[in-house]
Amino acid sequence: MSVTEMFSNLQGFLSADQDVREDIRKVVQTLEQTAREILTVLQSVHQPSGFKEIPAKCARARELFCTVKTHIAQLKTRFPAEQYYRFHEHWRFVLQRLAFLSAFVVYLESENLVTRDEVAQILGIEVVQDKGFHLDLEDYLAGVLIMASELSRLAVNSVTAGDYTRPIRISNFINELDSGFRLLNLKNDPLRKRYDGLKYDVKKIEEVVYDLSIRGLAKEAESVS
Amino acid sequence: MKKRGEDLLQKNAHAVQGLQATGSPSSAIMSVFRVFQQELDTKHDKYERLVKISRDVTIESKRTIFLLHRVTSVQDAEAVLNEADSKLDAVRQKIGQIAKELQGEDIYQFHRAFTPGIQEFVEAASFLHYIRHRSLVSLEEINARLVFVRPEEPPSMDSVEAGPAGALTFQVTPSDYLLGVADLTGELMRLCISSVGNGDIDTPFQLSQFLRQIHDGFFYIGNTGPYEVSKKLHVLRQSLGKVEDACYTLRVRGSEIPKHMLADVFSSRSALIDPDEGPV
Repeated sequence: MSVTEMFSNLQGFLSADQDVREDIRKVVQTLEQTAREILTVLQSVHQPSGFKEIPAKCARARELFCTVKTHIAQLKTRFPAEQYYRFHEHWRFVLQRLAFLSAFVVYLESENLVTRDEVAQILGIEVVQDKGFHLDLEDYLAGVLIMASELSRLAVNSVTAGDYTRPIRISNFINELDSGFRLLNLKNDPLRKRYDGLKYDVKKIEEVVYDLSIRGLAKEAESVS
Repeated sequence: MKKRGEDLLQKNAHAVQGLQATGSPSSAIMSVFRVFQQELDTKHDKYERLVKISRDVTIESKRTIFLLHRVTSVQDAEAVLNEADSKLDAVRQKIGQIAKELQGEDIYQFHRAFTPGIQEFVEAASFLHYIRHRSLVSLEEINARLVFVRPEEPPSMDSVEAGPAGALTFQVTPSDYLLGVADLTGELMRLCISSVGNGDIDTPFQLSQFLRQIHDGFFYIGNTGPYEVSKKLHVLRQSLGKVEDACYTLRVRGSEIPKHMLADVFSSRSALIDPDEGPV
């Protein structure tokens, strides 16, 4: 085979690769669009009026997750299933976002940490790598960490809205999450960087709880309920 | 420094575990994270093992390349080539280890761990191939020799692991191949300069022709290739320029100077060129 032939073969491979990437990028764009819509719906829980409507907002978000499912189903058809990690970078960001959104919805509904299986179920994907398009563990953990900072915001805003018990519940939850993350031996990677931010969220929430207890607001709320 | 940090982290983890064991009954979150810990550790361990093998592959491939550069200055070229061959076989065995680690995994998940080694191997293998056959080794030829027959394993408990026919293959990706070939051009440039030094008049012209073909090939691919390829294109141009200059001088000076004196002219010239223009 001549050098020219070899290079034109390689060129064929490279343009095929680019086509696949282009296809993936298009689907990922629509996914990002939907993810932003869900985020907008959920952001309104920070409004004082939104606190009463949390169940309704969650229901709306769940509806939008159905759209996500169809988008991801499309994404799955755009590349060979066993080459997940070859194109991982394209959807890594949006998948972390979606993991965060599902974790947030589940927290608002039940005040529990979403499991990996639940996220996978909400997004219509797999947990185990061998079964096809799956949720990478690090992406799931990154999503959980994004939720932690969202919850520290929620703690502040729930005080403003007059809900004095929620911050305490959030504080317990975040503390548990923090000790969970401390079990992990993280490498010096993006996940580690994000984890380093968790302590600030913990600190923030502790300050809120401190403010409440020093003014007797926490106790007052307990006796009312 | 980093290592100590990791140790500390590990100790931390143990402390928390101890606390959990003695203190409050471990919550659901803690037990879930303990599973995550294992999963992440397994993955990181595998990654580190691959990095280590890849480093060995790099070192051995570099040594092979150095060995091959000696081919111009010794009488018995065939002996050097055979030695290089056996060295490369050892490298292949190492790549076999990579293939073994990657069994049942998505190779792109760990690609970053071993890509430097594989590129260096492509460079060495294609260099040897060029010296022997004066042609570019193809990706298929490289891959064809990366088939490993696993030694018979003792009757394993899970028969799925044994796989069909017990053969293990490793596929060099097209972009690793391209990057390796781009590195090859630097070696060819060195070969050209040193063969001029040895009074070999044919090799430089062959090399310049061959390099030009590769150069054209890379330009044909242009920026459709991976990002690193376009970075190497610049170096490739410089190498080509040096080889073309050498050929030019050879032509010009060759007509002036009697054949038997050419060797002397170039050996002194290349001594001047080499130290500051050779690749670092």
